[in-house]
Amino acid sequence: MWTRLLNRLFWSVVTLLTTAVLVFLLINVVPGDVAHVIAGPKASPEVLQQIRERYHLDEPVWKRLGYYLAQLAHGDLGHSFVTEEPVAQAILRRLPVTAALAATAVVMWMLIAMPLGVLTAKHRGSWFDRGVLVAATVSLSLPSFWLARMLQYWFSYKLGWFPVAGVRGFTSLLLPATTLAILFIGYYARLIHSNMVEVLDSPYVRAARAKGAAETTVLFKHALPNAVIPVITILGLDVAVLLGGVLFTENVFALPGLGKLAVESVFNLDVPMIMGAVLVSATAVVTVNLVVDLLYRWVDPRIKDAY
Amino acid sequence: MPLLEIKNLKVEFVAGQSGLRAVDDVSLTIEAGETLCVVGESGCGKSVTALSIAKLLPSPPARYVGGEIRLNGTDVLQMNSRELQQIRGGVVSYVFQEPGASLNPVIRVGRQIKEALQLHRPEAATDDEVVRLLQLVGIPAPETRAQDYPHQLSGGMQQRVMLAMALAPQPKLLVADEPTTALDVTIQAQILELLRDLKQRLGMSILLITLNLGLIGDIADRVAVMYAGQIIELAPARSLLKRPMHPYTRALVNSVPKLAGGAQRLTTIRGSVPRLDAMPSGCRFAPRCPIARPECSTGAPVLAEAEAKHHVRCPYWNEQPALRPQSLEIPA
Repeated sequence: MWTRLLNRLFWSVVTLLTTAVLVFLLINVVPGDVAHVIAGPKASPEVLQQIRERYHLDEPVWKRLGYYLAQLAHGDLGHSFVTEEPVAQAILRRLPVTAALAATAVVMWMLIAMPLGVLTAKHRGSWFDRGVLVAATVSLSLPSFWLARMLQYWFSYKLGWFPVAGVRGFTSLLLPATTLAILFIGYYARLIHSNMVEVLDSPYVRAARAKGAAETTVLFKHALPNAVIPVITILGLDVAVLLGGVLFTENVFALPGLGKLAVESVFNLDVPMIMGAVLVSATAVVTVNLVVDLLYRWVDPRIKDAY
Repeated sequence: MPLLEIKNLKVEFVAGQSGLRAVDDVSLTIEAGETLCVVGESGCGKSVTALSIAKLLPSPPARYVGGEIRLNGTDVLQMNSRELQQIRGGVVSYVFQEPGASLNPVIRVGRQIKEALQLHRPEAATDDEVVRLLQLVGIPAPETRAQDYPHQLSGGMQQRVMLAMALAPQPKLLVADEPTTALDVTIQAQILELLRDLKQRLGMSILLITLNLGLIGDIADRVAVMYAGQIIELAPARSLLKRPMHPYTRALVNSVPKLAGGAQRLTTIRGSVPRLDAMPSGCRFAPRCPIARPECSTGAPVLAEAEAKHHVRCPYWNEQPALRPQSLEIPA
C-alpha cells in the first residue's frame, strides 16, 4: 500500500514537470512580443529593452525554461507580467470560487442524475424512460455559453431571482452551478441508467428481492452502490476538468474563478500566470485521480484486497 | 392442507406478439416437512416453476397466464407487493445456483444476514443471532467471517452464508435451485449433507431443483421429473429410482455413469429438447422417444396415476423392455 502510494506520488511529480515543460515551450511558439503587451503600443525602445532584460525575454528559450524551473523548484510561481501580483496569491484568491462552483454543481447533478438513472432503469422502455433519454440527449448537446446566457437572461435579468453576475455570497453560485449541472445531468443519468440495467439483472438483486426487501431498498441499497462504482472514474475526470477552471460559465457570470483568470492571462500573454493556471489544472487532475483511487478502495471492498 | 399447492400453473414469456410457454399446466404439492426434488434438463421449466412460488420472475417478460399457487392456502399470484414481501423470505426462502453472484459484493455477509432478520424477525436482529446462524450452517470462526465481504469466502462458504441468510427468518419452505451445481464435487457433498441435517433439525420443507439424479436417492421424499415445461413423472423417490416409468426418466437414469460394471460408452438421449416456439403437438418427448408410435405425435398424453402415488405422462410406459438393473443406488 505505502510503496504503491509513493510510486503514485513519484509519477504525479513527473506528470506535473512534463506538463510544465510542454506548456512553457508551447507558449513560446505563440507569436507576439510579450514586452509590447506589457509596456503598451507606445512604449519607447529603451523601455522595451529594459523589460526584456528584466524578464530574460531576449535569451534563448531553453535558458528561460531553466530559469522558470529553478524558480519552481523553490516553490515560487513567479509574478504576473501585467499586475506584478504573485501568481500563487492570484490563484489562491480564485481557487475557492472555482472549487465552490464545481462542488455545488457536482452535488446538484449527482442528486438529480442518480434517482433519474435508477428510476429509468427500473421502468425501462416506459414513456418516462424515453422522455428522460430525449431530455438527456438535449442537455448534453447544449452549448454552455448559450445555456449560461439564457439562464442569466431569464432568471436573473427578467425574474430577478439571482444576482446577474459577480460574487455576492452563495446565491451568486447557484445559477452558474445550475448551468453546469444541466450540462452534466443528462450524461450521468444515462451512465447510471445503463449500469443499473446491468446490475438489476444480477443474481444478488434477485436474491435481495427473494429475501423480501422492499423495492426501494432493492434499488437504492442493493443495486445503486454497485451501479455507481464505475461512475466514480468518470466523475473524477470531470471534477478535475472543472477544478482547472470553468471557462465559459465563469466568464458569462463574471465569476472571478480560475477559468476567468486563465482566459484573461492568455489574452495578455501573461506567461507566469498562464503557467500557474495550467499547473493548477494539472495538479487537480493528478490529485483527483489519486483521490478516486483511494475512494475505490472504500466503495469497492474487492479492490482493497487486490493490492 | 399442504404447505404448498401449485395448480395448473401456466407461465409465458412475452416474445414479440406471442408468448412462449415455459411452464405448461404444472401441478404439484409439498407437505410440511417434505422434500420434493424437481429434476430435468436446463430449459425444462423447473427454475421458472420454483421462482414463481414467491412470484419472483421479472414481469415483463414473464406472464402468469393461468393456475394458482397456494402457499398456506393463499394464492401467491393474487398477492400485492406488500404481501409478497412478507412471504418472500418469511415463508419461502431461496438459495440460488451461484452463491458468489447471489451475495451483494459491497455488503459484509453478516450485514446481509442481519437484513433478512430485520425484515422478518426484527426482535432477533442481533449480532449474536447472526453468529448463531453462521454456526448453524457450519462456518468456522463465525464472528470473524461475519465481517468478511463475499469475495473473501470460498464458493462452499458463500453457499453456507446464502443458506444462513435463507434460514434466518425461519421459513416454512426452502427452495434450493441447483445449490451445488457451481461447486466442486467434495463441496457439493458437504452442502447436501448440511441440507439434510438442517431439514431434520428445523423440520422445514425443501424444494430441491437439480440436474443430478444421483442426489435424489439421498435426500428426496418425492421426485417430479420435468420435460419441456411439463411434469412427466411424479413419484416417491424410492419408487421412481426402483422403477422409472416414463421413457425420458428411464433414459435419464440410464445416462448416469456407473462406478461398477466396467467402462462403457456414456449413454445419452438422442436428439435435443424442443424449442419453446416449436413444441411437438402430441407428446413432447415423442420425437426423441425410443418407444414412440404414430399416435404419440397427435394426442397429448395426460399425467395419470399408474401405480400407488406414481404418476406418469405416458400411456405406453408398461410396454418397454426392462431397465438394466442397479442403474442407481437405491436407499435402504
